[in-house]
Amino acid sequence: MTTTTGGAETAPSTIAKRRGPRILGKHPLGLLFSAPYLVFVLVVFAYPLVYAVYIAFHDYFFTAPGAVVDRPFVGLANFVDAFTDPDVIRSFGNVGIFLIINVPLTVVLSIVLASGLNKVTHLKAFYRVAYYIPYLTASVAVVAVWLFLFNGSGLVNQILGPLAPSPSWLINSHWAMPSIALFVTWKQMGFYILLYLAALQNVPNELYEAASTDGAGAIRKFFSVTVPGVRPATVLVLLVSTVTGANLFTEPYLLTNGGGPNGASTSPVLLMYQKGIEQGHPDEASAIGVVLVVLVLVIALLQNRFAGGKD
Amino acid sequence: MQRRTKFIGAAVVAAAMIGLTACSGGGSSSGSLTAKGPIKIWYSNNEQEVAWGKATVAAWNKDHPDEKVTGQEIPAGKTSEEVIGASITAGNSPCLVYNTAPSAVGQWVKQGGMVDLSKFSDGAKYIEARSGSQADQYKDADGEYYQFPWKSNPVMIFYNKDLFKKAGLDADNPKLSTYADFTATAKTLVDKGVAPNAILPAPTSEFFQMSFDFYPLYAAESGGTQLVKDGKSTFNDQAGYDAANFWRTLYADKLAGQEKYQGDAFADGKAAMAIVGPWAVSVYKDVNWGSVPVPTKNGTAADKTYTFSDAKNVGMFTACQNQGTAWDFLKFSTSTGNDQKFLETTGQMPMRTDLATTYADYFSKNPSYKLFGDQASRTVEVPSGPNTVAEMQAFRDAWSDSVIFGKGDVKTSLDDAATKIDQLAAEK
Repeated sequence: MTTTTGGAETAPSTIAKRRGPRILGKHPLGLLFSAPYLVFVLVVFAYPLVYAVYIAFHDYFFTAPGAVVDRPFVGLANFVDAFTDPDVIRSFGNVGIFLIINVPLTVVLSIVLASGLNKVTHLKAFYRVAYYIPYLTASVAVVAVWLFLFNGSGLVNQILGPLAPSPSWLINSHWAMPSIALFVTWKQMGFYILLYLAALQNVPNELYEAASTDGAGAIRKFFSVTVPGVRPATVLVLLVSTVTGANLFTEPYLLTNGGGPNGASTSPVLLMYQKGIEQGHPDEASAIGVVLVVLVLVIALLQNRFAGGKD
Repeated sequence: MQRRTKFIGAAVVAAAMIGLTACSGGGSSSGSLTAKGPIKIWYSNNEQEVAWGKATVAAWNKDHPDEKVTGQEIPAGKTSEEVIGASITAGNSPCLVYNTAPSAVGQWVKQGGMVDLSKFSDGAKYIEARSGSQADQYKDADGEYYQFPWKSNPVMIFYNKDLFKKAGLDADNPKLSTYADFTATAKTLVDKGVAPNAILPAPTSEFFQMSFDFYPLYAAESGGTQLVKDGKSTFNDQAGYDAANFWRTLYADKLAGQEKYQGDAFADGKAAMAIVGPWAVSVYKDVNWGSVPVPTKNGTAADKTYTFSDAKNVGMFTACQNQGTAWDFLKFSTSTGNDQKFLETTGQMPMRTDLATTYADYFSKNPSYKLFGDQASRTVEVPSGPNTVAEMQAFRDAWSDSVIFGKGDVKTSLDDAATKIDQLAAEK
C-alpha cells in the first residue's frame, strides 16, 4: 500500500517537473535570449499589422489624445472605397509591372554576377565593393544621379540620340515604371550578389570537378551545378525582392516626383502615404495595405512552392 | 511544441488586445483659454523667419519672466504638415506654430488638435480688425477661426529682363498681360533660343503644385473665386477652361517643359519666367528681373488682378496647457510693430488691411516689394475643410493628364475633377 501510495504521490510530481520546463520549451534559456527580438517583432511588426487590420474595418482617423471620436465598425466599406478608385487599381497594376521586370532580372543578374565574382582572382575585393556601394548609398543621393542620367537632356538620351523616347524616360507613361524597375534592380543588386556569394561557398568543388570529368562546359556546369546548388538562396532572393518590391515608395516619390506621369508610376504604398498621411484617411490606406499584404503572401507562398522544391 | 505555439500565440493576441484597447480615445483637452504660464512655439526654418522668431521671443521673455516662451524651428520631416499632424496624434504639439498651411488645417481640426480662436473673448474681433474681410477665407464651415491669418506671399510673374532683351523684347513693358500676348512672348523667347523654357512651374504630381500654375491664373481670370465655394467646385466654368487651355497651349507648344528641372530653372536661365512670391526678391539677387501680375484672357489692370495667396498662418494646438499666454503672445507677435519687423526681416506680407499705408516707408524704401504689397489685398486661398488635400490631389491628377500631357479634352477632364471634388467636399 505504502509503495503504491508513494508511487501514486511521486508520479504527478515527476510529470509536473517534466511539464514545467516544457511550457517554455526544451531550452528555456534560448527563449530568454530570443526574447528581445521577439518583443521587437511583436511591437514593430505584429502589433502594427493587427492594428492596421482593425483600422481597415473601422471609420478611423488619427486624433489628438484628448479627442473623443466615434470609430464605428464599417465592414468592407473602406475596401470598397479604395478598390472602386481607378487610381488604386492602377497602382497595383503598376507594381505588378515592376515585379515582373524587377524580380526575374534581380535573380538572373545577381546569380550570374555572383558566379562571375566568385571566380575572379584579381581585384576581388574591389569588384565586390563596387557592386555593393549602390546598395549602401542613400536612395536620395542615387536618385539624384539617375535624374541627371535619364532626364530629357541627360547622358542616356544623348547617347541614344534619335532613339531616345519622347517624352523622356521618367515622364513617359510607358517607360516610367520600367525605368524605376531598372533603377531598383541596379540599386539592390549588391545585396543579392552577397547572398549568392555566400551560397556559392557551400557548393562543393567536387561537383564541378565531377561535371568537368563528365565533359560539361562552363554553361552546363552553371545550370547543372551552380543553379541547383544555390536554390535556397534563390528562394530567399525571390521572397525578399518581391516583398521589398511590393513596398516600393521612395523611387516613385523621388524619381518620378509623386508617381508621375499621370499616376503611371504610382505604387500602392505611395497611395497609402497620400491617402493615409497627406489626406487623412488612414482607414482607406489600411485597406489597401491589408490587400497588399495578402497578395504578397500569396505570391511568396507560390514562389516557395514552385521554386523552393523540398527545401 | 503545440503548447509553446499556443503560448506565443496567446502573447501575440494579448499584445494586440492591449493595443486595440488603447485605441479608443477619451477625455478632453487639458488646456484652458485663460491659463497663463510658459509655452513652446515652433516657427519656420528659413533663415529670415528664424531670426524674426528669435527676436520676437526674446522681446516677449524680457517683459514676461513668468510666462516664458521657448521657440524652436519646426522639427525636420518630409513636410511641416506631416510633423505637425504627427505631433497632434502624439499629444506633444507646441502651443503655437507659425507656419501652418491652410490646406492642412481642416484635417487637424477634425483630429481635435486645434484650438478655436473665436472662443477667446476678443478672438474674432482681433483677427478681423487686423485682416479685415480677407480673414473670411480662413473661417471653417461653421464660421470659426481655427487658424490665425498671418502672412501671405501673393504670387506674380517674375521675368528675366536680360533674356527678354536678348530675344528682342521690351524688357521694361513686357507683353504679358493677356493669354495671347503671354503665349506670343513665350514663343519668341523659345524660338530665339534665349532659354529652353519660357516658364517652368513644377509639372509634377504633388497636390500643392496646382497653386503655382492653375490657381493664380484662375483666381485672376475669375476675379477672386476660390476653387470650391459653398461645397461646390467653381473651376469648371469658362474662367477655369480658359486658364487650363492657356497652360495646355504652353505645354503643347513646348514653351513650358513637362519635366521637372533639377535646380532653380529661373536662376539658372533655363526658364525666362517664373511664378513666385515676394520671397523671390531676396533669392534672385543675381538675376535682373522684373515683375508683373499673372495674365488673364483679356488682360486685367494690375490693381484689379487677384492671385493665389500662398499664405501661412498661425495655429494654436489643444495640447497647449497655457492657452491664455499663447493667445497673448500671438497678439504680441502680430502687433503693428512686430508685423513691421516681420516685413523688414522676411519680405513676406503680414495679412493686414492697412499694409500699404501702415508700412508706407518700408515700401517706398523697398520698391521691389511694392507690387507684392499691393497684390496682398487681392488674394485667394485654398478651400477649407478636412478633405482639402484630397480635393487638390484630384484636381492635380486631372490637370496632369489633360493639361501637362495633353490627353483627352480639358473641359471633360475639369468637369470630371469637379464631380470628384464635390463628392469629397460633401464628406465630413
